[in-house]
Amino acid sequence: MTDDRIQRVTMPKWGLSMKTGTITGWVAAEGDEISQGDDLVEIDTDKIAGALESTWEGVLRKIVAEAGSSVPVGATIAVVAPADVSDEDVEAVVAQAREQLAAGVVEEEDAGAEVGTVEVDGRSISYATMGEGEDTIVLVHGYGGDKNSWLFVQEPLSHMHTVHALDLPGHGASSKDVGDGSLETMARAVLGFLDARGIGRAHLVGHSLGAAVVAAAAAEAPARVRSLTLVAPVGFGSDVDAEYLRGFAAATSRRQLKPLVGRLFADESLVTRQLVDDLLRYKRIDGVGAALQRLVDTLLDGDRQRIDTAARLGGVDVPTIVVWGREDRILPPTDINAAANVRVVDRAGHMVHMERPADVRHAVEAAVAAG
Amino acid sequence: MARTISYREAINEALAQEMERDASVIVMGEDNAGGASVGSPGEEDAWGGVLGVTKGLYGRFPGRVLDTPISESAFIGAAIGAATRGLRPVVELMFIDFMGVCFDQIFNQAAKFRYMFGGNALTPVVIRTMYGAGLRAAAQHSQALYPVFTHIPGLKVVTPSSPYDAKGLLIAAIRDDDPVIFCEHKALYDITGDVPEESYAIPFGEANVVREGSDVTIVAIGRMVSVALQAAEDVAGSGIEAEVIDPRTTSPLDEDTILESVEHTGRLVVVDEATPRCNLATDISALVAQKAFGALRAPIEMVSAPHTPVPFSDALEDLYVPNPQRIVNAVKAVTEWKR
Amino acid sequence: MTETVAPEVAPGLDAKVLLEAYRIMRTIRGFEDRVHDEFATGEIPGFVHLYAGEEASAAGVIMHLDERDSIASTHRGHGHCIARGVDVKTMMAEIFGKRTGVCHGKGGSMHIADLSKGMLGANGIVGGGPPLICGTALAAKLKGAGGVGVAFFGDGASNQGTTLEALNLAAVWDLPAIFVAENNGYAETTSSSWSVAADNIADRAGGFGMPGVIVDGFDFFAVHEAAGEAISRARAGGGPTLIEVKLTRYYGHFEGDQQTYRGDEVARAKESLDCLKRFRAGVTDSGQLSDAQLDQVDSEVAALIEEAVVEAKAASKPTEADLLTDVYVSY
Repeated sequence: MTDDRIQRVTMPKWGLSMKTGTITGWVAAEGDEISQGDDLVEIDTDKIAGALESTWEGVLRKIVAEAGSSVPVGATIAVVAPADVSDEDVEAVVAQAREQLAAGVVEEEDAGAEVGTVEVDGRSISYATMGEGEDTIVLVHGYGGDKNSWLFVQEPLSHMHTVHALDLPGHGASSKDVGDGSLETMARAVLGFLDARGIGRAHLVGHSLGAAVVAAAAAEAPARVRSLTLVAPVGFGSDVDAEYLRGFAAATSRRQLKPLVGRLFADESLVTRQLVDDLLRYKRIDGVGAALQRLVDTLLDGDRQRIDTAARLGGVDVPTIVVWGREDRILPPTDINAAANVRVVDRAGHMVHMERPADVRHAVEAAVAAG
Repeated sequence: MARTISYREAINEALAQEMERDASVIVMGEDNAGGASVGSPGEEDAWGGVLGVTKGLYGRFPGRVLDTPISESAFIGAAIGAATRGLRPVVELMFIDFMGVCFDQIFNQAAKFRYMFGGNALTPVVIRTMYGAGLRAAAQHSQALYPVFTHIPGLKVVTPSSPYDAKGLLIAAIRDDDPVIFCEHKALYDITGDVPEESYAIPFGEANVVREGSDVTIVAIGRMVSVALQAAEDVAGSGIEAEVIDPRTTSPLDEDTILESVEHTGRLVVVDEATPRCNLATDISALVAQKAFGALRAPIEMVSAPHTPVPFSDALEDLYVPNPQRIVNAVKAVTEWKR
Repeated sequence: MTETVAPEVAPGLDAKVLLEAYRIMRTIRGFEDRVHDEFATGEIPGFVHLYAGEEASAAGVIMHLDERDSIASTHRGHGHCIARGVDVKTMMAEIFGKRTGVCHGKGGSMHIADLSKGMLGANGIVGGGPPLICGTALAAKLKGAGGVGVAFFGDGASNQGTTLEALNLAAVWDLPAIFVAENNGYAETTSSSWSVAADNIADRAGGFGMPGVIVDGFDFFAVHEAAGEAISRARAGGGPTLIEVKLTRYYGHFEGDQQTYRGDEVARAKESLDCLKRFRAGVTDSGQLSDAQLDQVDSEVAALIEEAVVEAKAASKPTEADLLTDVYVSY
């Protein structure tokens, strides 16, 4: 007979492989009034550190898992409830949560992500789907990345929407063959994914090269695309850290890769050993080296950008929002046509969706609303 | 996609994927299939290797899995000779302890062809072999003799510690154009870990920093990596954060990663199951003492087996192999050392 | 069951082949005699082991081989190299330890090799070759183009475990391998009649499941015929053969060996058994070749050897930069 106004703050699933998270520090304190969007608690996964944003409203009544504890995904770490809910009722929920933690058993309420593959143009495309909602959002990562890079964005968005994150050809768990490595081939993979999943129209979100890809998809099939959110996009302006692109493709050791990957972030301490290790594991797979090389050729003309996304979007009438990290060292934020809705985010580098995920999430929500 | 498989399965998969990809890869050794293929009345592929590592290959790749009589000199030499003529043999020296009956072909022939013949030889042979104590197999079936191979110019030596490393390093070994001694610890065959389904190659001479820490560097070889990790967990309780490094290959050796780590921590413990005279611990210690002397804040500690053959009785063998407590003691020795 | 083969002249060989055979043997003899002289000056580093006297064996066997085939040799390997077509000048340079040598000065006399000619090298390890040839024969068998492997070894190596293992393995695997035991009567100072328990090395063949043949190593035609049969059988998938070639080395085990353990067999052999003399007598008697033709070869060979020595002496030695190269393909 629990008061149903009592809300459990749970350890989020940031990334498909995440099984536990470590609480490094509580931002909110017991007794604080909590609103949607407030930073609640700092959490470390073995891949990255981030702040859990509140999707709950009320008073933070009780912290169940203290700083320093490692907790399974889905476990209750705090209880939020309106001030007038009795302490007794809150304690009952807390006691239950503590038992659960002690037993190490957690029932993940939603099964987490649905992971699968579809066949598109003779290639296997891997995807992860979370949530269910009226609107369908498709997240497309950038050069050298994979669907896990959306870890801080996919989960919160999935509370209200159906959110798919896919691996482009040559990346993640998809086939490593990229064919001619052209933007068209990548765009067709995205459109093919929509077909295979029976998605009529979707809000497309792309990061870096992924942004150019979704823009190209929108240019090719505007009827399929309800909105575009372009995160640190390729193809606006010609400046690019060409050395990074080439270096990333060529690197074979931790020593070579770590400094390069550091350039992706405003806060280089986010580059953990695990992050670099995971990238090396990906890069070692047969075919990845060749795929990345092809993509470098697609991206670069000498040391400048080859792709012109602005031009591609010229005739396309789809609501578009651009989000950029002010400290992006790979693709420095440029002046974009004032008609485009551009949000520049402070204290974020190229991986703005990992460093300032809330800002990216708000941009996506805005695009969804407009589309 | 990665999934959980065993060290044994990872090696089998590496062999199968490379044999699929490259018709010049063949497998040879005693009982690599066994049974009907060698005149016995029962099943074909009866064993698939003494501990089942090559099971299934015989049927999948007809004519490319060759069993041999017990003639190491002849068949190890044959693998080497075949390698000079365009094949890429993966030959099994069942126990590293048997190197005595075929060592000439390995260290005087294969290792030296390229140099002696002025660069005009290619010997892309892989010699897979089992090493290590812990299975009560006693003195002649339990040694860790990779230091002897490491000593020989012209050979490359690999000591994988995990299923992921085993698959990636074996694929790299098969693709490598030099002779490679691939050392599999027999007590690791059943351990499991995440291994991608796809083929991938881990470059040689690239150490794995398995655990980061700033108080002490622990370099560990092969099976000792997991023992060192256990010790690292133990000392973390006392506030000591250990960095654990797995060289993956003893030849070539990733000196830079080890030196970089010691420059940072100032303290080194080397864990090597091989017996103490002229083993990898002495090799790595000397390297660090020479090249990072200024960074050292304490003498280097080495944890290895004693200078004895491997004993049979479990009571003795358990004392023989380095265990977490001995590593913890070594860590304490270097962290508490005062002039 | 060992048979003995001993024809005097093979009528089936045409003039071209006969001239080639003579050229090979004469080149080997000339080369070895010259190395003997040069070694005495002190300019050649290390050890050399000379093949003079044994030419009919190398020529008789190796003339049957082509680019599908491979050979492994012994420490006494100059003859096999020359018969296989390794360049004489780069061989001489190698023996002198020069950078222009076939192994760039890194191998020397005992490791002289040319893998591009299917010559797996002279070998400093007695018995080192036979296992390797099991491998090259295996590769040839799997390739299916009829190639063979020939392992030359001496009476000393015939007792080495590696040789015996290789014989068994070749028979078990039915390999296109020919094992040629060049029995020159001595393993260093130890006579083969003492060290080989059986009457003949070839007598062991049956024990290893293959045919065995004994041939007179002074008789080119006998060697050529026996080898031809064994090689054809191997090419056709008939498996391995052991051929024992009985001959005499004219020089010591190595240059510098005072040979106090020998009797007068060298003098007698040079007098009445010498393979070059017999060959010349045979082909000129039968009218297949003329003395003039053979003399022409003699002078061409002499000129070649002279050039080889002059060039070798003039060439430079490897430098410090060469010390560390070619240990690995990549490291």
